[in-house]
Amino acid sequence: MARKISYSQAINEALALEMERDDSVIVMGEDVCGGRGTDQPLDAWGGVLGVTKGLYAKFGDRIMDTPISESGYIGAAIGAATCGLRPVAELMFIDFMGVCLDQIANQAAKFRYMFGGKAKTPVVIRTTIGGGFRAAAQHSQCWYPVFTHIPGIKVVVPSSPYDAKGLLTTAIRDNDPVIFCEHKALYALQGEVPEDSYTIPFKQANIVRAGKDVTIVALGLMVHRASEAAALLAEDGIETEIIDPRTTSPLDTETILSSVEKTGRLVVVDEASGRCGMAADISAMVAQKAFYALKTQIEMVTPPFTPVPFSPVLEDAYLPDASKIATAVRAVLEQKKIPAAS
Amino acid sequence: MPKQWKKENLLKAYRTMREIREFEERLHIEFATGEIPGFVHLYAGEEACATGVCLHLDDNDKIASTHRGHGHCIAKGVDIHAMMAEIYGKKTGTCGGKGGSMHIADLDKGMMGANGIVGAGPPLICGAGLAAKYKGTGGVGVAFFGDGASNQGTVYEAMNLSMAWDLPCFFVIENNGYAETTSPKYTVPGVENLADRAKGVGMPGITVDGFDFFAVHKAAGEMIERARNGGGPSLLEVKFTRYYGHFEGDAMAYRSKDEVKKIRATVDCLLQFRNKVVSAEMLTSTELDAIDQDVKALVDDSVVKAKAAPKPPLSDLITDVYVSY
Ligand SMILES: Cc1ncc(C[n+]2csc(CCOP(=O)(O)OP(=O)(O)O)c2C)c(N)n1
Ligand SMILES: [Mg+2]
Repeated sequence: MARKISYSQAINEALALEMERDDSVIVMGEDVCGGRGTDQPLDAWGGVLGVTKGLYAKFGDRIMDTPISESGYIGAAIGAATCGLRPVAELMFIDFMGVCLDQIANQAAKFRYMFGGKAKTPVVIRTTIGGGFRAAAQHSQCWYPVFTHIPGIKVVVPSSPYDAKGLLTTAIRDNDPVIFCEHKALYALQGEVPEDSYTIPFKQANIVRAGKDVTIVALGLMVHRASEAAALLAEDGIETEIIDPRTTSPLDTETILSSVEKTGRLVVVDEASGRCGMAADISAMVAQKAFYALKTQIEMVTPPFTPVPFSPVLEDAYLPDASKIATAVRAVLEQKKIPAAS
Repeated sequence: MPKQWKKENLLKAYRTMREIREFEERLHIEFATGEIPGFVHLYAGEEACATGVCLHLDDNDKIASTHRGHGHCIAKGVDIHAMMAEIYGKKTGTCGGKGGSMHIADLDKGMMGANGIVGAGPPLICGAGLAAKYKGTGGVGVAFFGDGASNQGTVYEAMNLSMAWDLPCFFVIENNGYAETTSPKYTVPGVENLADRAKGVGMPGITVDGFDFFAVHKAAGEMIERARNGGGPSLLEVKFTRYYGHFEGDAMAYRSKDEVKKIRATVDCLLQFRNKVVSAEMLTSTELDAIDQDVKALVDDSVVKAKAAPKPPLSDLITDVYVSY
């Protein structure tokens, strides 16, 4: 039975169902329960944004709070994964990944290959991404391209409650390390989600909207910005097709390529930096593999090449939005440069 | 204790603590109106630490702060108007509105920045100590960090490095009893005083009552002098609590309702300071009340001006990425 729940609840539900199903699944992170060592009842927070709230009541000490030691506990989650557990470690903000990058990029990512196929590292690192909260330069980034760059790690960027639940279930059951990137601005988003457990395969893009004129590829929150743009453009009779890859690694190149073969035009939208990011990666892939199908230039809609600013006026100008996406779509249709102002 | 103090220094100490308290309590009120963007972590309750330490420093000395940085800024002499404007995201702010509460900095004042990354400050302060030593400026580097941050590997690495290189550094653990919702009783079990961490790297470490301004000031003074005179780094643990939530909006389910109320009424640093200096007849209540009024007017004015200040122009979005643009 499907009913409407939030993206945040969908994630909570996937965690609960997998913990019920499999004893080896444990959850760890800073204040994922909360209140430990105080004289007050536990589950004081359930994670800084409340996503794991209520899990302590069901699973007790399988919900483990950690010291502020990302290198230590992310490393421990990875080590435990190689020793038969299936830890889901929460890293409060992807921006903190710098503290524990070695454990992920040099340890988890490489065990399988370095050890000649002998190791299995079924760890999930849940983390939050994205701007719009006036959280400034160190709490607003979209670093999934960093992990997409590294062979041996899988990277998930869900854009809806349905996808969040299904993809997290897949991530927990997957035998490789997965970085699961939750957009902070999507937590409150409501959507239809089945009560029972289900999986969504990795490397299977979602065609969010079908259209014949221009293909828009977008991830996470940007899927919603692209949908707003599509609605604006539809008023002018422009039919866009929106593809949400859902996983950046592995990437469903086939769905993107077949859409571009149909439309002949591509706009890639990403909240991450345009340099060495998903927009550049997908653009290059299409330019290489479907050059013959392209009728016009490819456009990328990404933030300017700057850190995320604090001041609301600046952050609003920084983030891609529907109007910037619509401008790019029109530019592609008209084979014109995007006007300087946008 | 107050007997050995010059009156002007006592006035300055009180004024600094009062400025921090007033600034933070006002932000608590203003945040609730929804006008202040982003995350705001208040320092109220902890004033004796920033003040007691920074009174020993000048602009040549550097401090590295935390996400809870307003108190360190004020104690290090950062302009209150520019701070308030920064918190409101305005062009006239310390960072032109690009940083906000979590990134207030004023390098001219030796304030190397509030920080969004827990445990990032101490290594930076080793760098400040190294530069001071290398250039022979006579300056010291002071790292403030929390009980929670003391569990970060970077903090241990920095403390050890400062010993290995014999740097003019001073490490200050602000132990307010919580890292977000979690007590050090859970994360550092069996250790009564976090100052004991100093033993692991062979530096002196002591714990002081953070509600007692004079105790903090004395201990910090000795350790800073030691660093300044080439005696090497040391660690001070300052114990107290914060009066508000981890950040504004935190419902504080992890602490009892009257914990803060009790502390405010009994050991509050401003209250104790007032009682001590008045009973020692160093300052009068009237003098202290006058400071209270003055500071209130200053903070009022900073809020009015911050609200009215211009927003950064959109052209600022793409400047300051590098020195060249
Ligand atoms: C590397 C990193 N991990 C986690 C966080 C999230 N966080 C911000 S403040 C905080 C608690 C810090 O506790 P403590 O060091 O005791 O300082 P306090 O807030 O009590 O002043 C946490 C976990 C962060 N900002 N950076
Ligand atoms: Mg603390």
